[in-house]
Amino acid sequence: MSDCHTTATPPTLSSPVGQRMPVVALAGQPNVGKSTLFNSLTGLNQHVGNWPGKTIERKDGSLTSDGKLYRLVDLPGTYSLTANSPEEVIAREFILRERPDAVIAVVNAASLERSLYLVAELIALPSPLIVVLNMMDVAAQEGIQVEPHVLEAALGVPVVAMSATRSDGLRDLLSALHGVLSGDIALDPKRPEIRPDHYAALEEIVWLLDGYAPEPYPADWIALKLLEGDSEIIRNLQDTVPPERWQAIQAILRKHDDALLAVASGRYEWIGRMVRAAVTHPRMGQISWTKQIDRVAAHPLWGLFVLAGVLGLVFGLTFTLGAPIQNWLATQLVGGLAAALSALLTGAPAWFSGLIVDGMLRGAGAVVSFLPIMIIFFAAFGLLEDTGYMARAAYVMDNLMHVMGLHGKSFLPLFLGFGCNVPAVMGTRVIDSKPARVLTTLISPLVPCTARMAVVAFIAPAFFGGKALFVAWGLVMVSLLVLVLSGTLLNRVIFKGERSAFIMEMPLYHLPNSRTIGLLIWQRSVSFVKKAGTTILAMAVVIWALSVLPGGDLNSSYLVQFGKVLAPIGLLMGLDWRLMVALISSFPAKENAIATLGVLFASSSKAGLAETLTATYSTATALSFLVVTMLFIPCMATVAVIRQETRSWSWTLFNIAMFLTISVIAGASVYHLALAMGV
Amino acid sequence: MTMGTINLSQLPTNGLATILSFSTGRLEMSRLASLGFTPGAKVNMTQNFGRGPLIVTVRGTRVALGRGEAAQIFVQPSTE
Repeated sequence: MSDCHTTATPPTLSSPVGQRMPVVALAGQPNVGKSTLFNSLTGLNQHVGNWPGKTIERKDGSLTSDGKLYRLVDLPGTYSLTANSPEEVIAREFILRERPDAVIAVVNAASLERSLYLVAELIALPSPLIVVLNMMDVAAQEGIQVEPHVLEAALGVPVVAMSATRSDGLRDLLSALHGVLSGDIALDPKRPEIRPDHYAALEEIVWLLDGYAPEPYPADWIALKLLEGDSEIIRNLQDTVPPERWQAIQAILRKHDDALLAVASGRYEWIGRMVRAAVTHPRMGQISWTKQIDRVAAHPLWGLFVLAGVLGLVFGLTFTLGAPIQNWLATQLVGGLAAALSALLTGAPAWFSGLIVDGMLRGAGAVVSFLPIMIIFFAAFGLLEDTGYMARAAYVMDNLMHVMGLHGKSFLPLFLGFGCNVPAVMGTRVIDSKPARVLTTLISPLVPCTARMAVVAFIAPAFFGGKALFVAWGLVMVSLLVLVLSGTLLNRVIFKGERSAFIMEMPLYHLPNSRTIGLLIWQRSVSFVKKAGTTILAMAVVIWALSVLPGGDLNSSYLVQFGKVLAPIGLLMGLDWRLMVALISSFPAKENAIATLGVLFASSSKAGLAETLTATYSTATALSFLVVTMLFIPCMATVAVIRQETRSWSWTLFNIAMFLTISVIAGASVYHLALAMGV
Repeated sequence: MTMGTINLSQLPTNGLATILSFSTGRLEMSRLASLGFTPGAKVNMTQNFGRGPLIVTVRGTRVALGRGEAAQIFVQPSTE
């Protein structure tokens, strides 16, 4: 166990006075309102990072109550603690290794049976447990009434009722936390047992493990996980348990190959006792909100119309609200600042004012002016996620995804890709099988991200005026068509038509929480600006430097020389060296394409960039440039996460080659088609 | 009153059944179990259009299943 993989380096836990700060872990299944609770408890005192060695988001926060400071760690949302995915391993390793002072388990009152399953696992672990009975209001809407006190008595651990409409839940939770940590509240956890026909097998394994259970795992917990067939635990134990004992254990496991169901049934039997006691008003036959909405939203045909409408609305908002604000920021704010700074720097050396105005300000300006569009996307997708619609989108897309050998769950990361390809690639982790995950990763950059749409939003109106929205829509459709075609091809040729299981919870619809969405927008925007603040700004400066070095003159600069080397390839697609340079500079961040064109044209024209572009390029060239932009190599950040998620340079390089080929072919076809049609 | 064993994908919309067994791999079985699918559990078909994925309610939770996955879950339909 010395080389265990998920072990986090123990964080420094001492507060300034040298007292140990209590650590509280927040656990819960997906769709129980865990993030909302985390946000209510910590407010803005939270830090978003990654679990060590993983790409899974880790949220840490602190909260103060009665003058006491607590550290709150948000564990990944998991249905169980069996190693079905890396999330479960992270959650259980944290609890078993870091031994938090308390674990808060969030359950959904509206799906109490299912969400108590994780509690059945948590209650068997050494850390003290507090259960938050969340979404009492949603349960009431569904006609379910739960008695928290009865549940508390049955579980033997504190139970706190909470809902969006109940404001004193947080206070109750904090006082329960105080009570548990100070020892004022005595815990008497009632733990579930395995189904009786497997008692003997369990005891035998515990006996065989005696003295060989690796730290920090309790022997009976290990025995249970072995019976559940937990691949991670089996791997760990192979080396620590003496061979003859290990063989004896394996013989038992072979004899009880259905033990997984016996363990799960034991837990549900325990849950059944809890629920029978606590649910006083069981679900009646009434037709709930969710059922009514799903008649349309999850219908195989109407659901597709709903999805198209939702996507249309998001794009509509982007263009009617986001684009004008963006334009205003770009021309008024950035343009005004540039003029003011130029006037201020008239006495300074030319290279200095060039660096500030043409390099840094243009780079920063690109970042700022894209923010409105980013915010609209973050808000829209946060809203769809938080209301429960996202799962319906995956469900209705399942059939179509089958064409590519994928299933509905692959649609979720692709859906995210409309915001940004980075979370899309990272989101492929929800897919259970490796081939499907790799395939989804490879095609997800074909989803037009906000940054690329922002480039479109800038160029399309300049060339196509009133038809810009139609052109933008067409570009999205072309991208998605290419996505489906390459997905189908990759699946046939490389993945040989493999398929993976589609198993996904359909959460109840509920009203979105403005705080959760607000924080999400805030965190994503901050991370975008941070990323922009470094790479985009640096790239803008590099591009500016390349455009003036070595002689201070653009026409003899390195950049032009490089662009001219690539000109023959560009010619195929109707692109001149400037547009080729813009494409290359879009690698660090897609938005750079416009910033680079801004720098390249700054010396030759005083008019706005949009007018300069329309005066310089034909419509066919513009169309080709837009298509190539949509299908070109994804941005640096996306490539980095593709490498990280596939853990393979060959897949990453293959993917880059794939995008280069696709974009050159598509660009050349569109250009020549447009010329032939006389556009 | 009971009928013969069928697989879950054959259960019509609004049909009730009791889970008997699985023919899935271990990983799928583990994931299904953690969502509430265990032998003896009652299921209610929420939506089944005869093709494409389906939605089934188990232990008060709606779960979407691919048709292939549903075909590997064997159930005993009940009329009640």
